[in-house]
This record gives sequence, structure tokens and C-alpha cells, in this order.
Amino acid sequence: MKILIAVTEVAEVEDDFEIDGLAVAEQYLDYDLNEWDDYAIEAGVQLQEAGEDVEVVSVTIGPERSEETIRMGLAKGVDRAIRVWDDALEGEGQLGVETKADILAAVAEDEDPDLVLAGVQSNDDAFGATGVSLADEIGFEWAAVVNDLDLDPGGSVASVHRELEGGVEELTDVELPAVLTIQTGINEPRYASLRGIRQAQSKEIAPKDLADIGLDASVTESPITLTQLYEPETESDATVFEGSPDEEADQLAELLRDKGVVEG
Amino acid sequence: MTVLAIAEHRRGELRDVSFELATVGRELADATDGDLHLAVIGGEVAEFADRLDREGVDVVHTVDEGEEFNHDVYVQAVTALYDEVEPDTLLMPNSVNGLDYAPAVANRLSLPLVTDAIDIERDGVLSVTREKYGSKVETVVEVDADRAAVTVRPGEWPPAEGTNGAEIRAFDAEIDESAVRSTVTGFQEVGGGDVDISEADVLVSVGRGIEEEENIALVEALADTLDATLSSSRPIVDNGWLPKNRQVGQSGKVVTPDVYIAIGISGAVQHVAGMKGAETIVAINTDPNAPIYDLADYGIVDDLFDVVPALIEAFGGEPPEI
Ligand SMILES: Cc1cc2nc3c(=O)[nH]c(=O)nc-3n(C[C@H](O)[C@H](O)[C@H](O)COP(=O)(O)OP(=O)(O)OC[C@H]3O[C@@H](n4cnc5c(N)ncnc54)[C@H](O)[C@@H]3O)c2cc1C
Repeated sequence: MKILIAVTEVAEVEDDFEIDGLAVAEQYLDYDLNEWDDYAIEAGVQLQEAGEDVEVVSVTIGPERSEETIRMGLAKGVDRAIRVWDDALEGEGQLGVETKADILAAVAEDEDPDLVLAGVQSNDDAFGATGVSLADEIGFEWAAVVNDLDLDPGGSVASVHRELEGGVEELTDVELPAVLTIQTGINEPRYASLRGIRQAQSKEIAPKDLADIGLDASVTESPITLTQLYEPETESDATVFEGSPDEEADQLAELLRDKGVVEG
Repeated sequence: MTVLAIAEHRRGELRDVSFELATVGRELADATDGDLHLAVIGGEVAEFADRLDREGVDVVHTVDEGEEFNHDVYVQAVTALYDEVEPDTLLMPNSVNGLDYAPAVANRLSLPLVTDAIDIERDGVLSVTREKYGSKVETVVEVDADRAAVTVRPGEWPPAEGTNGAEIRAFDAEIDESAVRSTVTGFQEVGGGDVDISEADVLVSVGRGIEEEENIALVEALADTLDATLSSSRPIVDNGWLPKNRQVGQSGKVVTPDVYIAIGISGAVQHVAGMKGAETIVAINTDPNAPIYDLADYGIVDDLFDVVPALIEAFGGEPPEI
């Protein structure tokens, strides 16, 4: 059985930041493994550990910088990784859903996995659409927002829970091959062990450009253009207590007494 | 120009977002003197159609296929209906189920897709406002295409009201059953247990700012001091530091306490969905730009590890060693 995991590196914005044109200025961004993908990696590695002959491959669309993030997955048990990047993707800022789905589809067609795992969303763009677009593009079945997965490695149906709103889960059987988008909390992502980190150094990260996967620059063409990026006007009319922590706490304590939360 | 919006229902109830879609759909249709079509797929479609016949709705299409949501059926039904209605804008909810079919519909119809819209305008081109980096910035994207699909954030538009006399049309989507490769086998409620946080008058709620499991004892002590109930944002539950029944938010509980004290919680949209109805909201957060402050009535912009012990002491309690 082969499992392909879409792993993305996301940018996080520091508390104080400045905007430079249509982007947050680079010096205020930190890069990290997408939170949702950490759970997808864990789900894949658990299936690998549960069965014989299960290969777990990660695929990332990202520049060389993202290899650090990719290695985190390798250190946690991913067998090998593919990284797709191309000059044509440089400077695109935010890649559209269609572009990402087309690139991942080309890799999936090469790799021919039985199961694809992706995060529910990337916590920077939060489009939440890549996994399901990919599934439709490659003709796989799918399930979005999966927070429980029951699948025998080698089995043909995945029994999943989809986490709906308001504390309700939907129980669904999904025929393989399938794409599942993984919700946080489905498992407990492991920390990479020192041994894992060492082993990751010798695992393969195969760099590929668009031509390598049979695509050209037209894949980046999108009718969607980013035209504005700004800090939303603060709607805050909160009364902010000022002073030392003790003084702030005293003011809040007084408020809570006034509100009758605490007597006296 | 025509707008087509897809309603959502679950376990026999239309969800609020259906009526919100009617509002935003009408706004868009008005911009081009166009028509607004709604569609409802599965369940008691005739009854749903009556309820969806709100002001501004021109046509309600009913697709009588299945009881509950199944994305394989929805994808086929929506694409077939799209071919029939030929709308310029296809609106779907940015709900968990919306995200389970909208991307596939857009892909199949080769429509550009923008998700989680908080504002949409059509002034020649379609421009969609959405958030990035956990609400820290807003972006506007323009869609330079004749047709597009947009998913709409629940809770951003008021629901359409009234009744109207829209035309109700039954639509036969001719579902190909062999293309239905997923089966919904049931539903399960989660998050029961010892405490019902939705009943509490005062909630002390803790988020990822608490950093370590051991530190939960600190907010627990505050909750004890205030005789309040302890709740949390999602990461605390994901980490297994508190049980699921303590989670406030979209996928957790909706709470409406008199006082909600958010400690080390950023105020992500899915969290806010569960607590914005609290009467008084207090935030303790080091980041003055955290989105929670857009909601908060009172705030302390400081380190929770300094403020919370001081607060416990202010009530004569003793903060635990952490
Ligand atoms: C489909 C879906 C459903 C979801 N459902 C829910 C849900 O029901 N409930 C929910 O909560 N989330 C839900 N989420 C997750 C949500 O998107 C956020 O990831 C989550 O709410 C963030 O939790 P947080 O605010 O605790 O953490 P963060 O966003 O990481 O915020 C931590 C905050 O702590 C502050 N902080 C850090 N250190 C300190 C300190 N020492 N003192 C004071 N402040 C400090 C930081 O400034 C920051 O603002 C859902 C997501 C998805 C995709």
C-alpha cells in the first residue's frame, strides 16, 4: 500500500508586523509545518506501522527553504519526500487552489497511491479546498474534515468520522483510492526522536520542476488576482486595563466583583 | 445575471447559513439586476422549499435525492443544476459539508473558486474579501472570469426574512448511483460527560497561550477561586489536556455565559463562533492585535503567567506553583 501525504510549509505572522505591498513584509514571517499536516503525517505513519509493506511518501509544493519542514516529516517516519518547485511558481505569492491541485495531481499520477492524506486547511491561507479539488481531479473518492480513521492497511474501504459543527460527527465509509483531509485532534502527533532526525538526513527529498511532472508554466495561470492586503480596521472598543500585572489584576478583580461574579 | 445558492440542512433542519446565502445572493443579484435561485438537495425538500421562499428569492429548486448530505450526490446535483440554470455566481456555504463538495464542484465545472468569503461585491468584476493568517490581515481577490464559485462564511450576513411567493421547481438531477462511492452510515454526538459548559454563568477559558499541560493548573485555580467553569479553545482539547466537552467553538459547544474570560486565546473564527454570544467578554493576551480584542469588552494586554496569579491573589487565593 502506498500513502501520499501533502505536506505544506506555512507562514506565521509575528504579533507586530508591517505590510509591504500585497504581502506581509518577509522579516515578520516565521515558517513552520502546517498544524493540520502534522496530524496527517501521524495518521500516515500509524498506518505504515500497522501494516507490512506500506510506503509513506510526502509531497510538498515549496521552495528549497521548505526542506527543513519536509525533514520534520521524514524524521517522524515518512519514507521519502518529493518537493515540487519551479521558477514559474516564484513570485506567485499565493498559489490558487487549481494550480495546487493540478501539481499534486501530476505527482499523484506518477506515484499511484492508494490513499492520499492532506490537512483540512493551511493555517495561513485557510482556503480549505486543496484536498477535495485534488480528489476530484484524479478521480479518487474523498472525505473532508476527518477526525477518526479506521482502515486496515491493504483494505478497500476507510471508515471515517467527519467532524461537523456543534459536536456532531458523521460516520462515513469511503471507497479507496481516496483523499482524506485530516482534522487536528485525530491523533497525537509524535515528536521526532533523535534517531529519527538522524535517519531523516539520509532520506531522499526529490526535487522536481514542472517539466519533471509533465506540466508547464500555464498551470500557474489563474483568473484570481490578489488586489488588496491590509490590516483590518480594529473594531475593538475594549476597555484595556493598564499598569503592572498586579494593578491590571486589581482592576479586573474590581470589575468581576461589580458584575457579581465574586462576592465581596 | 443569475446567482445560484445551495442551501444546507442536517437531520431535518435547514441550517442558518441557508438564509444567509439568500441575503448575500440577493445583494449580488441586485448588482446586476439579476435573479436569485436557491436549491435544496435531499431531505424534506418540499417543506424546505417553503421555508426557503424568503424575500428576494426568485426560484427555489428542489432535488429530491436522499435524506442527508452525501457529497457524491451533491456534486452531481449541483453540477447538473448549474448546467440548467447557468448562473454567473455559484454560492455555497463555507461549512464542513460545504468544504466537502464545493471544491469538487468547482473543479468539475472548471470554475475559479474562492472560499470563506466575508464580503462579496460585483462591480464589473467579482471581488471577494477573505482573511489570511488567522484574521490578522484581510485580502481582496478579484476574479477575472465570467463565472465563479464562492463559499460564504456562516454568520457574516443577516438571514433573509419574510415570505415571498418564489417559484418552486422540482429538478431531476439523474444521479448516477455507480458514482456514489461513499456512504454515510450514521451520526454521533460527542462531548457529553460530567460538565455542560453551555449551562455555566461564568467561564474561564484557556487557549494555546498556556503552553504546557502542567500550567492548566493555574487557570483551574482561577476558575475555582471565581467559582467558575473551566473551558478551552480547541488545541487544548486536541492535546488531550482537557476533555472534548470543554471545547468552545464551531465544532465544540456554543456558550452564552454572563462572563467569558479568554486567557491566551487568539479568537480564531471557529472559536468565536462558539462564544460571541457571551454577555461580557474579558481577554488576557500578550498580543494587542489578537482578533479576540475585536469582541472583548475588557482586556489585559499582558503575560497571563503574571496576570492570572495576581488575579487569584486579588481574591485572597493562592496561585499554584507551576
Ligand atoms: C473545521 C475547523 C473547526 C474548528 N473548530 C474549533 C472549535 O470548535 N474551537 C476552537 O477553539 N477552535 C476550532 N478550530 C481551530 C481554530 O482555527 C484555531 O486553531 C484555534 O481556535 C486556536 O486556538 P487558540 O486561540 O488557543 O490558539 P492560538 O491561535 O495559537 O492563540 C494563542 C494566543 O495566546 C496568546 N499568548 C501566547 N502566550 C501568551 C502569554 N504568555 N500570555 C497571554 N497570552 C499569550 C497569543 O498571543 C495568541 O493570541 C477549528 C478549525 C477548523 C479548521
